[in-house]
Formats: sequence, structure tokens, C-alpha cells
Amino acid sequence: MIDLSWMAWTWPTAIFFIVIFAMLAGMGAWEYLSPGGSPRTGILRFETTRGDRLFVSLLGSAFICLGWLWASELSLWYALIVCAAFVLLVFRTV
Amino acid sequence: MEKTWNNKAWFFVLPVLVLVAFSAVIPLMTVVNYSVQDTFGNNQFFWAGTDWFTQILTSSRFHDALWRNLMFSAIVLAIEVPLGIIVALSMPKKGVWVSVCLVLMALPLLIPWNVVGTIWQIFARTDIGLLGYTVSNLGINYNYGQNPFDAWVTVVVMDVWHWTSLVVLLAYAGLVSIPDAYYQAAKIDGASRWAVFRYIQLPKMGRVLLIAILLRFMDSFMIYTEPFVVTGGGPGSSTTFLSIDLVKMAVGQFDLGPAAAMSLIYFLIILLLSWVFYTIMTNVGADATSKRSPQ
Repeated sequence: MIDLSWMAWTWPTAIFFIVIFAMLAGMGAWEYLSPGGSPRTGILRFETTRGDRLFVSLLGSAFICLGWLWASELSLWYALIVCAAFVLLVFRTV
Repeated sequence: MEKTWNNKAWFFVLPVLVLVAFSAVIPLMTVVNYSVQDTFGNNQFFWAGTDWFTQILTSSRFHDALWRNLMFSAIVLAIEVPLGIIVALSMPKKGVWVSVCLVLMALPLLIPWNVVGTIWQIFARTDIGLLGYTVSNLGINYNYGQNPFDAWVTVVVMDVWHWTSLVVLLAYAGLVSIPDAYYQAAKIDGASRWAVFRYIQLPKMGRVLLIAILLRFMDSFMIYTEPFVVTGGGPGSSTTFLSIDLVKMAVGQFDLGPAAAMSLIYFLIILLLSWVFYTIMTNVGADATSKRSPQ
């Protein structure tokens, strides 16, 4: 077994990366089932594929969490709800 | 013609994936792991949650370094891009001088960052440096080791000296790729020099300028070696940019947790700004092209 103790793994960070990789795998499967990336022009007024929309969702969610930590003392779980709403919004409107 | 699908081609991508995994993904994962823990060495870690992120996001030290970095990037882009275009426009398009100019332009790019820093550290000294000595003898009170403004001027001029060539070479590549027919058509229409630049040269250079701006923005936003060698982040912390502050925190103070949190925030800011730059500039270019092309 490879010693990965230098990477200082924890369960929360492992789950975080598993979710990210699962999302990427899911996008791969989606692309396989429905090729082309379903490009469309949404409220940003330029063409985005579903890969672009995932990127915007993840980047936006990261900044929502950072903004939450900066501005609020409430639990980050609430920020996660905001992020989920943001992801839905991006995939529907962008 | 029908496309040939051969999924075996994916195996050719594997070496790159492995390389990127080892050089970027695994280190990034480790940084994420460090950012939520505290350590006193000996490979022992203690869970800290999001405390380091909150600490960094609310610290004035981080805000100041971020502001300085944004200012620095804005200043060097505002100088290097127009200057690079002007120099590229002035360069010869034919003859032996093309090679001479290209070699001269490429020279600063070949010098390692720490050597550039050392050159300018000596060049700007008032006792033995040509620049510092000359400026002092002109009656200007110049001392980059004591005066924050002088330190900023030195670091900005050094970056302009080092990197304008990159913009020049990219802009020049864009210029020489314009077919003569465009210039001939402009001449027939009696277009002015400005009109030729505005409607032929600038649009044709658009793509390479986009690359130049992106490269220069990312490089200047991540700058470390040159200002570290010249000023060490001083006087005080007037030239302490994000990367210098990060290294001080991670290596100097061995605060791995806060340093990891800071580097992730830094990474996200670079990712966001680069995406915004890229998206705006590619879409502006695409809009302009679609407006001009006949329906």
C-alpha cells in the first residue's frame, strides 16, 4: 500500500474530491449519451456548453462559500444550499 | 465525409493526464487537505475546519497584498501592451534587420528571473549602479531600499524591461501574418495610418494580443522572484505581493494551514480573472467578426 500520509487526507476533503470527480465522470457519461455539449446562448449573452456551465457553477460556488466565510458567522451548510440554488440557476439560465 | 471514431486515440492522452496529475492535481489536493488542518510538523495534523479561510479573508495583510498585486498587474499591462504594439509596429518587416531585432527582443526573455532581479538590484543602486547613480546625480532623491514609491517604480520598470519583448514578439507575429492585399486595399481607399491600424492591424492582432494579455496578467499576478530579489517585499511591506506574502507565511513562519488557505483563495482569484478576461475577449472578437461578415 502506498503511504499517502504526507497528503494529510481527511474524510471531508476526500468526500469533496470524490464529489468533484463524480461530477466530471457524470459529465463524461452525459456527453457520451448526448454528444455536442448542448451549446446555447443564455443570460450571459454568449454561447456556453454544459461543461462551461459546470465550470461557472463550481467557480461561482467557491466564491459563494468564500463570501459566506467572510461575511457571515452562520454555518457553511447554509452556503451549500445557496450554492445548490446557484448551480440550478446556472444550468437553467446561462 | 464521415468521421472515423477510434477510442484507442485516448491512450495518447494518458501520459499528459499522468503528468498533470503528478504536477498539478495531486499537489492541489494536498493543499486542500492542508488548508483545513493545523500542523506543528512531524506529519501530525489537527482538524481546523474553515478557520484558516476565515482568518485569511478577514486579514488586512491579505487585502493589502491583493490590492498591491492588482495594482501591479494593472500598471504593467497598461504599459507593456501599448508599448509592445508600438515597438512591433516600428520593427522592420523585411531584410537583415528583422533577425537582428528579433534576437534583441528575445534577449530579456532568455534571462532567468533571479538574474533579472540581481541585474536590477545592482543597476538601481545609487552607489554602484548605473541607473541609480545617474538618477541621483540628476538631483532626484532616489532610493528603492527606503522609499516605497521608488521601490514600485523600480519593480515596474524592471518588469516592463523583462516582459515587453513578449508582447512585441506576439504582436509582431500577428502583424507579419497580415496579407499585403489588405494594405493595398487600404491604400486604394486612401485610408489614413490610424485607420489602417484601427481597422486592419489591430483586429488581425486581436488573437495574439489576447494571449499576450492573458500571459502577462497571469505572470504579473503570480510575480515572485524579481521583486523578492530586488526589494525583498520592502521597504516595509510596500512591494509584498501575494506570492511573496504566501512564501513568507508557508516557509518563513511554517504556517502551512493559513498558507494553504491563502494559496487556494489566490488560485481561485487567478482562475476567475483569467476566465473573465478570456471570455470577454474571445466573445468581443467573435461579435466583431460576426457583425462584419455578410449574412
